[in-house]
Amino acid sequence: MATQQHDSSVYEQVQASERFQELKRHFRAWTFPMTAAFLSWYLLYVVLSGWARDFMGIKVLGNINVGLILGLLQFVSTFWIARAYSRHAEKKLDPIADEIRHEIEGRPE
Amino acid sequence: MSSQSLAAVLFLLFVVATLAITFWASRQTKTAADYYAGGRSFSGVQNGLAIGGDYMSAASFLGIAGIIALSGYDGFLYSIGFLVAWLVALLLVAELMRNSGKFTMADVLAFRMSPRPVRTAAGVSTIVVSIVYLVAQMLGAGVLVGLLLGVTNPEGKAWTIVGVGILMIIYVVVGGMKGTTWVQIVKAVLLMGGATLITLLVLGKYGFNLSGLLGDAAAQSGKGDAFLEPGLKYGTEAQGLAGKLDLISLGLALVLGTAGLPHILIRFYTVPTAKDARKSVIWGIGIIGSFYLLTLVLGFGAAALVGGSTIAAQDKGGNTAAPLLAQKIGQEIFGDVGGTILLAVIAAVAFATILAVVAGLTLASSSSFAHDLYAHVFKRGNVTDKEEVVVARISAFVIGAVAIGLSILAQGQNVAFLVALAFAVAASGNLPAILYSLFWKDFNTAGAVSAIYGGLISAVVLVIFSPVVSGSATALFPDADFAWFPLSNPGLVSIPLGFLAGWAGTKLSKEYNAAKYAEIEVRALTGVGAEKASEH
Repeated sequence: MATQQHDSSVYEQVQASERFQELKRHFRAWTFPMTAAFLSWYLLYVVLSGWARDFMGIKVLGNINVGLILGLLQFVSTFWIARAYSRHAEKKLDPIADEIRHEIEGRPE
Repeated sequence: MSSQSLAAVLFLLFVVATLAITFWASRQTKTAADYYAGGRSFSGVQNGLAIGGDYMSAASFLGIAGIIALSGYDGFLYSIGFLVAWLVALLLVAELMRNSGKFTMADVLAFRMSPRPVRTAAGVSTIVVSIVYLVAQMLGAGVLVGLLLGVTNPEGKAWTIVGVGILMIIYVVVGGMKGTTWVQIVKAVLLMGGATLITLLVLGKYGFNLSGLLGDAAAQSGKGDAFLEPGLKYGTEAQGLAGKLDLISLGLALVLGTAGLPHILIRFYTVPTAKDARKSVIWGIGIIGSFYLLTLVLGFGAAALVGGSTIAAQDKGGNTAAPLLAQKIGQEIFGDVGGTILLAVIAAVAFATILAVVAGLTLASSSSFAHDLYAHVFKRGNVTDKEEVVVARISAFVIGAVAIGLSILAQGQNVAFLVALAFAVAASGNLPAILYSLFWKDFNTAGAVSAIYGGLISAVVLVIFSPVVSGSATALFPDADFAWFPLSNPGLVSIPLGFLAGWAGTKLSKEYNAAKYAEIEVRALTGVGAEKASEH
């Protein structure tokens, strides 16, 4: 379980590298807007539950109303985002992260 | 055999099986990494189940089914916050923490900051959040036993709390993270199995017609269509604007609190790599999401088949809705014996649920005490692995004893607000500190300390001066009135305050270490130098 110690300058060099910046961009450009999106969508749902009760009570299918459908859609969107993130990470993040990790760990001390 | 004695037998079986696992795990627990992180050797799927086990508390299972049974739609609203919260953990926290931390939440913060003040703050916050949550769960155990086993006197309930406490201490002290994780896995499987069974029976009775079930629930509730719409419990029209803001406040704490709960955060350390941490959260989301869909049917099923007045007569909070539903549907389909058996099964599952969650909380708080406060603050890092684990075991014992004592003292008090308070503190203090330290290069010691204390203190102070503590008939102190904060949930104010305090603290201090930021950023995103699984 020994953790290899590296000269900090190695990390600064890696941080400044094109490849690492690409990894960071792929990570942030996906997760930050998605976080903003799901939080807004969730808050919209809570706000509608507080201030648009007539709308939430409109029946769509038998006794199933808009509020219930929007709530179930929160489940659907959560499952979908989890899956989409997993795919994005496998395709865009893992290969670059593995490459950089192997490169640093292979460097002579 | 009565359902009480059958429930007791089933519960004893669970206890015997989990204790056997715990003693087996103790023989594999040799190093600090074994004790704190289960040797980092769990698979993504196993840890995903354990995440479900740690998270699906009595408040989730009995509480949400109960709120749905009594107030309909609003209980569903509550569960959605609990679920969506996991996306914050998945997208922003789980993998980066796995790569940059070791055993506790504070490891990530201490990485590029002055370790002693930061670990002190994080340790204090971890212990406060965990104990608040622990007391809520243990009181739940006392009430549950009272209702299901017919124990009504305070002494009987106190003994239940002591019994649950002793078991939880044994799991943690003896089995460490490895034993506790297996308890979570067993519990998650039992809970999902039990909830799925009752759900299928209820849906089967309605020919898998959800609309029919909802219609029956609404008719039985005596509230008609309003039962299927928001507003019967949270932000009722009678409460006006304050009530609706309270709803938003609760929603924010639920959705932002999860990724700051210490017992959830340390779960990410039990797997070998960040990819496994990702996989475990995705499994966790699948399990937790499915579970809340089941509670939707359980809650409306209880409203339709048992009826709100019967449920409320037994417990005002509706906490026995799910067990009562199990008994009723069992009776209808399989006769009296079936009802007895199903009630016993669900009651035993509920005990297992509480027991597993309190074990996770005790582990998180004692780990933080030993690793953050003892090893790094008091001893400045000059301790052996062995000594640290001994201290962790002693502190698990002490924290467990404190939680038992507090729970007995709080018996009979109205402490339903404690779970929401734990989430609010986690969202207001811990989450800003974690997010800033992972993503903001200027963040420093002063910022981390101000975020944690700022969020923690503002959440606690606002709750003290809120209607849940004084100034209302359902308050902790109904006869006193020193409430000036109108909301029961502090999150709407305390979460922005925590983020603001972290920002202001950072700006007021000149400390900045570019090299350390480069290191944590590279390590968090690539996994360089991350702690490996220990080999046996």
